[in-house]
Amino acid sequence: MADKTFYFLTFLTLLFALLVVFSKNPVYSVLYLILTIFCLSGHYLLLNAQFLFAVNIIVYAGAIMVLFLFVIMFLNLREDAEPQKSTASKLAAVVAGGMLLVVMVAALRRVDAGSYNPATYNSQIGLVENLGKVFLGTFCCRLNWLRSCS
Amino acid sequence: MELSILIVKSLIILVIFGITLLIATYSTYAERKVAAFLQDRPGPNRAGPFGLLQPIADAGKMFFKEEFIPRQASTWLFILGPCLAMITALMSSAVVPFGDTILVDGKEVMVQGIDVNIGLLYVFGVVSLGVYGIMIGGWASNNKFSLLGAIRAASQNISYELAMGLSIIAILMMSGSLSLRTIVEQQHGMNWNILYQPVGFILFLTCAFAECNRTPFDLPECETELIGGYHTEYSSMKLGFYLFAEYINMFISSAVISTLYFGGYNYPGMDWVRETLTGSLGAVAGHNVATLIGTIVFFGKTFFFIFFFMWVRWTLPRFRYDQLMNLGWKSMIPIAILNILLTGAGLLLNTKLMSWVMVVIIVLVVVVQGAVANKKRAQTQSYSKA
Amino acid sequence: MQLTNRARKTDKSPMTLAERLYIPAIAGGLGTTIKHFFRKKPTIQYPEQKREFSPVFRGLHVLKRDEQGRERCTACGLCAVACPAEAITMTGAERKKGEENLYREEKYAAVYEINMLRCIFCGLCEEACPKAAIFLQPDKVAPAFFERDEVIFGKDRLVEKMDDRASTGIEKYTGVKS
Repeated sequence: MADKTFYFLTFLTLLFALLVVFSKNPVYSVLYLILTIFCLSGHYLLLNAQFLFAVNIIVYAGAIMVLFLFVIMFLNLREDAEPQKSTASKLAAVVAGGMLLVVMVAALRRVDAGSYNPATYNSQIGLVENLGKVFLGTFCCRLNWLRSCS
Repeated sequence: MELSILIVKSLIILVIFGITLLIATYSTYAERKVAAFLQDRPGPNRAGPFGLLQPIADAGKMFFKEEFIPRQASTWLFILGPCLAMITALMSSAVVPFGDTILVDGKEVMVQGIDVNIGLLYVFGVVSLGVYGIMIGGWASNNKFSLLGAIRAASQNISYELAMGLSIIAILMMSGSLSLRTIVEQQHGMNWNILYQPVGFILFLTCAFAECNRTPFDLPECETELIGGYHTEYSSMKLGFYLFAEYINMFISSAVISTLYFGGYNYPGMDWVRETLTGSLGAVAGHNVATLIGTIVFFGKTFFFIFFFMWVRWTLPRFRYDQLMNLGWKSMIPIAILNILLTGAGLLLNTKLMSWVMVVIIVLVVVVQGAVANKKRAQTQSYSKA
Repeated sequence: MQLTNRARKTDKSPMTLAERLYIPAIAGGLGTTIKHFFRKKPTIQYPEQKREFSPVFRGLHVLKRDEQGRERCTACGLCAVACPAEAITMTGAERKKGEENLYREEKYAAVYEINMLRCIFCGLCEEACPKAAIFLQPDKVAPAFFERDEVIFGKDRLVEKMDDRASTGIEKYTGVKS
């Protein structure tokens, strides 16, 4: 059951992510991006990370994407107002994107996704209380260290 | 989960859903009635006794109006806008605890949609999504006024969400939980949060007004400047959904306010009532009746706040846009942060009343400054007379 | 130079904290409105309840008949002359033999028309009339009309019906029923 939900959500996520790229109208792109973020939040929920789920929706879907939409609506971009791009710039974009793809594939090829030990795995780790304890307990020093570095 | 409990649970959810819609429907009637009474009029009184059938007549009118979609509008988004507004408005009632538990088959079932331990964050998330309905609808109308209304709604909601979140954090620090039920249970025995968080309450209330797009913060639909704001192009039931969503939001925010600050279903003498009822009616029936009384009390508090929303609407004029932004960013957010600091200091000192320090200081400054200003005014008047 | 003492100097001193908080002002405003909430409503529930007309109210015109039911109007045209809006037109005619029970005078108005769009309900026709024939009824409002041709009221609508005698409003002052 959880498996099927995961695959369905992943399918939706990828679909919406692709639609972000392929939409002609930038407003539609942003709306698809919001849907993508929702699906990602769904993944968090599948991992029982309720806090991350809520924060992802509040911060990304609720605030940042609103600002994206805000700006794009103000710009009043339209399909017919799209400037004609020269072949050179298109070529440059393809090369740059392709190189990013190569780098990412190279980086992710050997990645060990990591697994979990069912015996020691704590399914409650994503809840607010536990997350807070981890953040402000175990990782408190590191946070302070990060702050002093920056 | 046993079948009977499942049935009771789904019944509760259905009833909550139905009650939300019913209250929103009759809020439109109440709004007109309150507006009329505040303006020395009797209000709608023709449809049914005391005009009680007025909302049904209004809905009927809405349904039979022409469904108009502008030619240049993007059709799907135009339809999606009101749907989103409605969905987000209805979703948030899921986590509000409407009452204590009821006993079914010897098991306790909570009078609440779901009790998640991120309840408050859930409400917050859903509220922050509410702006999409307005933005998408406003943009899809392909009308400059609608777009301006939508943009105003977005910027207003984002600005006031910050202050709202910060004012909630003080409550969270005191209760140590995000679950609305836990927050309510901690207010048992007249430990209402309003007594410890007066500043937070005022901030939250103001932000609730702004988030619901109610006067004095109804700039997104400001008729004098924007014709109708984001719903200029809407007609028929699509417009109805926008208006309806506003009333549902009002109900939900009233419910959340009474949950967070006014003890939810708690009322003075609650334990005594429960003991007397369980003594006279038996454990199960007594418990259930006591819960019912708590729920009624909760709705009483909620209705008071709905009335307050309307009362304010028909009293205050609309803010100017720069006033709105100044109030949000330059006053509310600093005060909220100060409130958090004070509450935190109070928790370290083992007192919950630290927030009152701010109130006392503000009142003192107000009194002193008022006296000085009065003196100055008296002086200038005496000069101008002489 | 000041004409009245009502002019007040605007106070442009910076707002005090109390004013910037808005709360005292809002509380005051809420107090004002809630007072109105409990006040008695002056509304008149129209179709059931009707507001009384003023005793000098000038409503729809009527061409009176006398006690025997004869039309009083003699088509002298004084009302038309008096009318500042020039709303009244009429055509006179001579009374034939055998019409004595219809018309009181030897001359009568064969056509008598009032244009209700022009009429300003000033009542000068009523004052000008030497035969006490035209009156503006104190209890009847001129009806609304929807078509242009309904606007000109002829004798069919102006002359009072025998079974439904119109009030002239004079009885209020004289005590005599007309």
